[in-house]
Amino acid sequence: MATLEIRDLHVTVEADNATKEILKGVDLTVKQGETHAIMGPNGSGKSTLAYSLAGHPKYTITSGTVLLDGEDVLEMSVDERARAGLFLAMQYPVEVPGVSVSNFLRTSATAVRGEAPKLRTWVKEVKETMERLHMDPSFAERNVNEGFSGGEKKRHEILQLELLKPKIAILDETDSGLDVDALRIVSEGVNRVRDTGEVGTLLITHYTRILRYIKPDHVHVFAGGRIVESGGPELADKLENEGYEAYTKGGASE
Amino acid sequence: MAEAQNIPVGSTTAGQIAVAAESTVATRMSAPPSFDVADFPVPHGREEEWRFTPLERLRGLHDGTATATGEGVKVDVQAPEGVTVETVGRDDARLGRAGTPVDRIAAQAYSAFEKASVVTVPKETVLTEPVRIAVHGQGGTAYCHQVIELGAFAEAVVVIDHTGDAVLAANVDYLLGDGAKLTVVSVQDWDDKSVHVAQHNARIGRDASFKSVVVTFGGDLVRLHPRVTYAGPGGEAELLGLYFTDSAQHQEHRLFVDHNTPHCKSNVVYKGALQGDDAHAVWIGDVLIEARAEGTDTYEMNRNLVLTDGARVDSVPNLEIETGEIVGAGHASATGRFDDEQLFYLMARGIPEQDARRLVVRGFFAELVQQIGVDDIEARLIEKIEAELEATV
Repeated sequence: MATLEIRDLHVTVEADNATKEILKGVDLTVKQGETHAIMGPNGSGKSTLAYSLAGHPKYTITSGTVLLDGEDVLEMSVDERARAGLFLAMQYPVEVPGVSVSNFLRTSATAVRGEAPKLRTWVKEVKETMERLHMDPSFAERNVNEGFSGGEKKRHEILQLELLKPKIAILDETDSGLDVDALRIVSEGVNRVRDTGEVGTLLITHYTRILRYIKPDHVHVFAGGRIVESGGPELADKLENEGYEAYTKGGASE
Repeated sequence: MAEAQNIPVGSTTAGQIAVAAESTVATRMSAPPSFDVADFPVPHGREEEWRFTPLERLRGLHDGTATATGEGVKVDVQAPEGVTVETVGRDDARLGRAGTPVDRIAAQAYSAFEKASVVTVPKETVLTEPVRIAVHGQGGTAYCHQVIELGAFAEAVVVIDHTGDAVLAANVDYLLGDGAKLTVVSVQDWDDKSVHVAQHNARIGRDASFKSVVVTFGGDLVRLHPRVTYAGPGGEAELLGLYFTDSAQHQEHRLFVDHNTPHCKSNVVYKGALQGDDAHAVWIGDVLIEARAEGTDTYEMNRNLVLTDGARVDSVPNLEIETGEIVGAGHASATGRFDDEQLFYLMARGIPEQDARRLVVRGFFAELVQQIGVDDIEARLIEKIEAELEATV
């Protein structure tokens, strides 16, 4: 069973000619089949955690370990991490002019699966997955994220999640900027992947709204660059009612 | 004019649409067109038409010090049956009818060439195989003149392939009879040290269509001046260009479409990728719609993809309109960067760095390559683009 183990992760970023520590000792274990929600106020370092795990060059790991099934993730390049089974659904997916969605998806699937998917079954697979996400077939001929609305970008991220079938999926504020209909469609996509039992999900969010559609097994409160409280789904209800105030003014956030 | 480093994705470089009583395209040149080099002052670099070009790398083509050497370039023409291929002297009446040199180097080439080659496709002859002209540099300096003439309703594809090591200044005339169809592919696949400056003059007959595909990969300095005029109404010009500018290369494409006749069309699409320190691409797109050219339909576009830091693009579209009675006129210019965020996004989907770059560049050029319509050239271009990426990224 696939397991992602994050131990005492410290991460810094360079900003305004100064080095700033954003993550201050994150400990978390995510197993295949589990869903962990990471909730926290703005600026708490949630997205930094997501991007650090994916290997974004902006972030420097100063100490700690990240293991995926015992393999050292931090030693891997960005593409190696993806091929090892890590997937990051981004909050702000990037436009790639000149590259069509269909070409991008196939290139990506070929890289992750280690061989080119058979054309016939692939076309069918993409078509059906897009239909379930209420995406128009013409979408495949557009350039990656170019001119996409916020909702289209997020659906495109979940389309990739469904096609690439990672071991660990990190969803970085996938709910932000979505109206209720789009949120439901996107959540259904995530749930289809979760229902296979093959993926461990790390759901990063500011709001509890998405948790009505995607039920977490564990909820963690993230503040000041680390997990400050962990519990079951009932912790989300508490946050819904009380907000993050208790965690931010207690000095956990600097 | 803008430094590529500072241009965010999707930004547009400086360009203008001028509505003028009198064209500035001609008046901003330092001298009127002429076949005689003596009519042009030696450029010093600040003139409008020279300001982007590093004169010191022209190897004397601009100041009269570049002397032709015996075997500068070798020109080999392979033509299918029905095509006439001739080598003629300077006084041949067929030379210089498509256009007059507009700058000193073109005039120098016209003043200095000894023999010209004339390729004629007789009227109503439709070729099924391309005419292939190999221009191979043999380490010397040369001045050339070529004429490609299609009679009325003739159809032909001509591929001019520039390879080897040379310092070359040339004029190429394309004469299209009424209803003729000509596709010309000019490939600049020079060795690293070559310098190539040329003016391409196309004169398009009534209802004739001209497609020019300019592909520039090689050379130290390449400066081409494709120009189009119309001899009768109903003419169409499609000018496609593709360049891949590497470290230290200067590749300059200066286009001019003179809508001097009513009811003609022009469509210009040039795309370039740049990588490496001091890679410099220049694109000037001048389109003039003269007062008499009612019913004109024109569009020009330049796109640049900057793959690494240190490259520079100057892209200047310029559209001048002297009549409002037209079908359409537009231009666009944009320079985008392949940046670290795009690379991260693709790599985060398992795609290795090299493949990610290849994906982006191939995608950028694909649409243009597909419009060329000459199979072996399309295949070779894709191969060449791949090789460029392999070699230097």
